[in-house]
Amino acid sequence: MTRPDLAKLWPLPALAIAALLPWLPGLPAFWVTLANYTGISAIVAIGLVVLTGIGGMTSFGQATLLGLGAYTTAVLSKDYGLSPWLGLPAGLIITAAGATLLGAITVRLSGHYLALGTIAWSVGLYYTFANMDLVGRNDGINGIPPLEIAGHPLLDSRAMATVIWIGVILAALITNNLLDSRAGRAIRALKGGTIAAASFGVNTARTRLLAFVYAAVLAGFAGWLYAHLQRSVNPTPFGFYPSIQYLLMTVIGGAAHVPGALLGAALVTLVNDRLQDLLPRLFGARGNYETIVFGTLLIAALQWAPNGLWPLIARLRPRRHPIATNAAKLPARPMPAPGTPLLEVVALRRTFGGLVAVNDIAFTLNAGEILGLIGPNGAGKSTTFNLITGTDTPTAGHVRFQGHPITALPARAIAALGIARTFQHVKLVPTMSVIENVAIGAHLRGHASPLAGLLRLDRAEDARLYAEAARQLARAGLLAEADRPATSLPLGQQRIVEIARALCLDPVLLLLDEPAAGLRHAEKAELATLLRRIRAEGVTILLVEHDMEFVMGLVDRLVVMDFGTKLAEGPAATVRQDPQVIEAYLGSIE
Amino acid sequence: MDASILLILAQDGIVNGAIYALLALSLVLVFAVTRVIYVAQGEFVAFGALTYAALTEGQTPGALWLLGGLGLAGLAAGLWQGRGDHTRASILRLLAETILLPAAIIAATLILAPLKPGLITAALLSLAIITPMSPLLYRIAFQPLADAPVLVLLITAVGLHLALTGLGLVFFGPEGYRAPPFSDAMITAGPLLLPGQAIWIIAIALALMLALYAFFEATLTGKALRATAVNRLGARLVGIPTEQAGLIAFALAGFIGALSGILIVPLTTLTYDSGFTIGLRGFTAAIIGGLGSYPGAVLAALLVGLTESFASFWASAFKEVIVFTAIIPVLLWRSLRHGPTEDDE
Repeated sequence: MTRPDLAKLWPLPALAIAALLPWLPGLPAFWVTLANYTGISAIVAIGLVVLTGIGGMTSFGQATLLGLGAYTTAVLSKDYGLSPWLGLPAGLIITAAGATLLGAITVRLSGHYLALGTIAWSVGLYYTFANMDLVGRNDGINGIPPLEIAGHPLLDSRAMATVIWIGVILAALITNNLLDSRAGRAIRALKGGTIAAASFGVNTARTRLLAFVYAAVLAGFAGWLYAHLQRSVNPTPFGFYPSIQYLLMTVIGGAAHVPGALLGAALVTLVNDRLQDLLPRLFGARGNYETIVFGTLLIAALQWAPNGLWPLIARLRPRRHPIATNAAKLPARPMPAPGTPLLEVVALRRTFGGLVAVNDIAFTLNAGEILGLIGPNGAGKSTTFNLITGTDTPTAGHVRFQGHPITALPARAIAALGIARTFQHVKLVPTMSVIENVAIGAHLRGHASPLAGLLRLDRAEDARLYAEAARQLARAGLLAEADRPATSLPLGQQRIVEIARALCLDPVLLLLDEPAAGLRHAEKAELATLLRRIRAEGVTILLVEHDMEFVMGLVDRLVVMDFGTKLAEGPAATVRQDPQVIEAYLGSIE
Repeated sequence: MDASILLILAQDGIVNGAIYALLALSLVLVFAVTRVIYVAQGEFVAFGALTYAALTEGQTPGALWLLGGLGLAGLAAGLWQGRGDHTRASILRLLAETILLPAAIIAATLILAPLKPGLITAALLSLAIITPMSPLLYRIAFQPLADAPVLVLLITAVGLHLALTGLGLVFFGPEGYRAPPFSDAMITAGPLLLPGQAIWIIAIALALMLALYAFFEATLTGKALRATAVNRLGARLVGIPTEQAGLIAFALAGFIGALSGILIVPLTTLTYDSGFTIGLRGFTAAIIGGLGSYPGAVLAALLVGLTESFASFWASAFKEVIVFTAIIPVLLWRSLRHGPTEDDE
């Protein structure tokens, strides 16, 4: 048996420990209680790892979502006499619905609007709990029935410890599954910038919503455990301050790591318990003095250990990704007949105020050719590039791809048509390995839902996606680096990784923004060979470049831009002789 | 509901709205200059109010020791952050800002407080005590993170709010305070009965808005702040010290917060932790106004004030719920109108 397989078996001993440890003779009841609250907090914090540490969003309302789960099961089991076990699905549905509502409103806006929305929602819902007769106003609900297994009520806190820690392990397990799936890679890709993710077909708004709802559902799950552990609920633990405490656990533990959530939950729960004992004695009065320590800790953590404690403890290496060489190849799309018009750019114009950055540019790209778009700095090449890829909207004119207008389409839809791109400023996800980054390129070629990812029903498809990523990496000559952190490669190689990622989309058209920048001479030659081979396989390439030597030997035709207008178009050799071009561009670098 | 109740509610709403408008303006200003969403601003409202209330009763306010402590922390933070490139001049300036200025304010207060100063003196002294805390906190908490994403700054601001609430409990105690109004006069204008304090609030709010307008339009410092708000890097390139801009923006926010507290504490009893929900109303207004527009923030603040006052009449138990969830439809409208935002941070 190889090492990664062994590592995957961690839940088994963990489950055994969770089931048995609380029953250790002589274990003080105090430790069991602490373990219970740590476990509940850890589940919430694991959700925040996905949302904040990995998705780059944040919520100041997790305690309120926990409250929603707790109140749901409390009302159903106490007032309506339903089995506490039915409170779980009900609570999860209600927290998911609440989070979907709030999330859907804010995920399309800048990240901090979601956070601010959760503050408003957390304060608002807190006052709702405190004023609603159904949930007992400020007194809350007491006498919630305990969980029962085969007629035995779980009244002993050691029994609850077993249940809670099985819950923690399940939460950690499905979270790891999610992060290793197609949907999880999309969440992780948000950290590389939403433009890059969208360019490979990731629906960024929906992905952000997924992360938020997932975190909410875990909080709702924790709320269900909380209600049946405590057997009473009131509004106090569901307000804004407890929400910040969950965030603190995540930040201190290591916001991007699931074990960090456990570490943070344990530390904060322990310290909180000590402080509530110690500080009132110190100040000689009762009150929530621990907020001073927690607030200061949060600020200190962000300044001095923004990645939390876990990465300092564990030597973090990206996990090795085994490649199934026997995985079936993904279906490929048919390539258009060589020589037919593929991309038509018609009178494209973009103005910024009074500045005409792109002035009625027109050209046609034929299937199977490499077209170079060149020009001096500020000629409008990159703007043209952005207009074609849907990251910017033209003032006038349009772009047609295989006869269909694509001008107003979002980047995601353009990717779906088979147009892949690279970026002038490399946009790889620093927290992912090379091959994981490349696999994002194949996002649209997989279909597994997030739920399938959670439950590991996506393995066959995922193996095919990774096999494709490995194939494209091998094609680009970087398979040996597959498991290294993407941004640890030299910049030139990162550009090649971007090309491999773009190839994973199975593109008809490949748009490359200065791919040769930062490459050494030999690497440029290899890149040219790679691009020729890609062309030979039927892929059409549009190349924006500065490097004349690289372009001249490679392209079939050139379009030269200067000050936003097209200066010349034609075979490289002809354009090279054009006196206007020589004056505007070639002359200037001699 | 008859017309007189309607008028009273509207009047209440406008007076509160004027305070929320001041808070919203300073939130927009701080966000524009430093990208910090200053959640802790509410604490300045409470601290200003409690300090003023203590001074009007001839007590020495606990805020003095908080100021002293923050000064020392600011000194430590300043020395640490600038380690390696301190000059004699920069250390002297740091000492002046973090030690001399707080020490002078503390000394003045210790002399004046037992004399039970007049209301105006008490108000000015309170402003002098509370305002410098804000730039000190900027130095301690935000300066090292000046280039961090908005989200990290927001979490920092929330941490700061948390710490300040606890410190508020330590230095002010759990009791509620109320202070005498600037004026006991009652002015009758038709069916309206205007308390003098309400007129003070509206007059000071308007004067402050005009002063801010003049500051941003006519002074070099104001223009530098605007330039920093538009483009930090660009401002730095043309020689505007953007750290200085951050300190000034925070000082303004602290000043406005403390002043708001002094203005409302004659109308309502405040405790060390009342600031958060008041500040949050400023926030709701700033967000409804789009976090970038000063007139938008002022209008939205009036709207929040009016909503609150009418909600407290019709559904007083759910007043807070209504005020805070008012932000949700606005966010929805924004989201539908602007379409997806591609924020690359």
